[in-house]
Amino acid sequence: MSQKTMRDAINEALHQAMAEDDSVFVIGEDVAGCNGAPSGKVGVTGGVFGITGGLYEKFGPLRCIDTPISESAIVGAAAGAALMGMRPVAEIMFADFIGVCMDQIVNQMGKFRYMFGGKSECPAVIRFAAGGGFSAAGQHSQAMYQVMTSFPGLKVVVPSNAYDAKGLMLQAIADNDPVLFFEPKALYQVACEVPDEMYKIPFGEAAMVREGDDVTVVAFGQMVGKAAEAIDSLEESGITCDLIDPRTTSPLDTKTILESIEATGRLVVVDEAPPRCGLTTDIAALAASKAFHSLKAPVVQVSAPHSPTPFSPELEAAYIPSVERIVAAIKEVTA
Amino acid sequence: MGLSRESLLRAYRQMKTIREFEERAHAEIMNGQIAGFTHLYTGQEANAVGVCEHLSGSDTIISTHRGHGHCIARGADVIGMMKELWGSSEGLCKGKGGSMHVADIENGILGANGIVGGGPPISVGAALAQKIRGTTNVAVSFAGDGSVNQGTTFEAMNLAVVLKVPAVFVIENNYYSEHTNISYAVGCDDLKARTEAFGFPVFVADGSNFFDVYEAAGKAIEHCRQGNGPAGIFAETGRFHGHFVGDPQDYRAEGELDDLRENSDCLKIFRTNTADMSEISASDLDAIDAEVMELIDRSVTEAKAAPRPTPDQVTEDVYINYGAA
Repeated sequence: MSQKTMRDAINEALHQAMAEDDSVFVIGEDVAGCNGAPSGKVGVTGGVFGITGGLYEKFGPLRCIDTPISESAIVGAAAGAALMGMRPVAEIMFADFIGVCMDQIVNQMGKFRYMFGGKSECPAVIRFAAGGGFSAAGQHSQAMYQVMTSFPGLKVVVPSNAYDAKGLMLQAIADNDPVLFFEPKALYQVACEVPDEMYKIPFGEAAMVREGDDVTVVAFGQMVGKAAEAIDSLEESGITCDLIDPRTTSPLDTKTILESIEATGRLVVVDEAPPRCGLTTDIAALAASKAFHSLKAPVVQVSAPHSPTPFSPELEAAYIPSVERIVAAIKEVTA
Repeated sequence: MGLSRESLLRAYRQMKTIREFEERAHAEIMNGQIAGFTHLYTGQEANAVGVCEHLSGSDTIISTHRGHGHCIARGADVIGMMKELWGSSEGLCKGKGGSMHVADIENGILGANGIVGGGPPISVGAALAQKIRGTTNVAVSFAGDGSVNQGTTFEAMNLAVVLKVPAVFVIENNYYSEHTNISYAVGCDDLKARTEAFGFPVFVADGSNFFDVYEAAGKAIEHCRQGNGPAGIFAETGRFHGHFVGDPQDYRAEGELDDLRENSDCLKIFRTNTADMSEISASDLDAIDAEVMELIDRSVTEAKAAPRPTPDQVTEDVYINYGAA
């Protein structure tokens, strides 16, 4: 056990899964890096975020595969190899680039099993760096997981810390369905205690990050840490909250969420994506349809506005939900 | 080639402006003054300018994530661009786009683009509009050696031939798709031939030489203006910085950057090529250097003093505001 960043935790999971199972390989743009380059330092990049570092050196060019900039082909190649029994972990550098390869993810990979009458398995994992916080503007900042959650056939993972990221990645690789793994890039450098050995976190099991009596707060990805900070700041005011991190948005642990709402009677839902047809609306609808009689106050949703992600640092700070906005939401629902 | 004194001076001024804009942006990013992801065009200036010096009126360009140079070459306001990099509400895109999304629609700049291969299909649409309207205008898409492997680029090239539209596909080969060399990422040995196989002529240029790019671009653009359908320009070039600011550039050979700056600097090459010309003198170019430095200094001074956006502006311009009903 030692302190590891989310970057190192996912990297460790990839190393361990590849060492354990020869059918696991990684593929994507610069996942090795510097291929064909005059420096001869193939493999030194390890992905632009460093998540696949050391894999080329350890497992070689057949299992750490650089590609041209061709997102559709990357996802398709992963899907096809997975249909043949391999366990690819493909990297699409930014979640926004789903826009380029949507068909291969949604119409192809995500529907094989159903359309083929349950006779196929597609154990592919597609990794994405997701979310805002870098002034990366409209095409490099989107969460995207809320969109992908709406497609049946795909499993969707959004870790909020390094410990979960490792366990969820090992589960994703072992899972026989296609898994989309969204890594909040604002959390890559955030560390916590992470065991050195392999462990899996089952899908569809939420984490109870804080326990309290007054409010149920459900938060996703990089919003979990902000929600925890908001809740902790309210300690002196006497308001206590359950903080639920679903960890996977598909499947979703509705049981834990509903039990908490039944106990607290108040719900705040926090996500960094825009609100329409998103996770905050989804959880609010769950509460309205399945826990209506427990609710003592209207559900409060905290999200980005219905707008693309702006570039300017001030605008992005106003765009992404802040600790202050979450505190205000908790106060509003308990007022 | 018979370029006038005025044209020669303008071409040099444009290249120098791009160079100093980029070098200053690099310095300010390293100082922590500019946020976000920035990809610099330093070293490739002759490509943008050699092409854009043929453009006017309603001719359009669309660019890439490495877009500052193309935008300046097509006439974007330099001070407005610097303000945009600073994230000011007075920036060319009101601080909403930043480096990767600089655009100036009124000046025929359909935007830098954060998606590799995002531009070529849109440029085919711009060319289609020109064809339907019966103009002789062209639509230029700038792309790198990375974008040529995107399906969108393949589809755009084929559609341009099918529709016989005045789309000019400029491929600037700077040899690296991010960190991966073209020798790995493009499977065939001859990218020019692969591009021509779509069914349009591709003119090759030395991307470090303004005159060479200008000549090749002239042929390609004239081909399009004559109603012969699309054309391509394939230029070999080199970027003097990394893929993004902060890139450790482990892919470079030892001495590669020094060699590029020494032997592939379009500004030096321009000075050499014009040394014996009667139309302009070295002192003309020196004067432009000084004026450009002043302009870039002023752009930074103004960007630093420019108003900051306010939170209420986050939700402005998501849609057209039609006013009260």
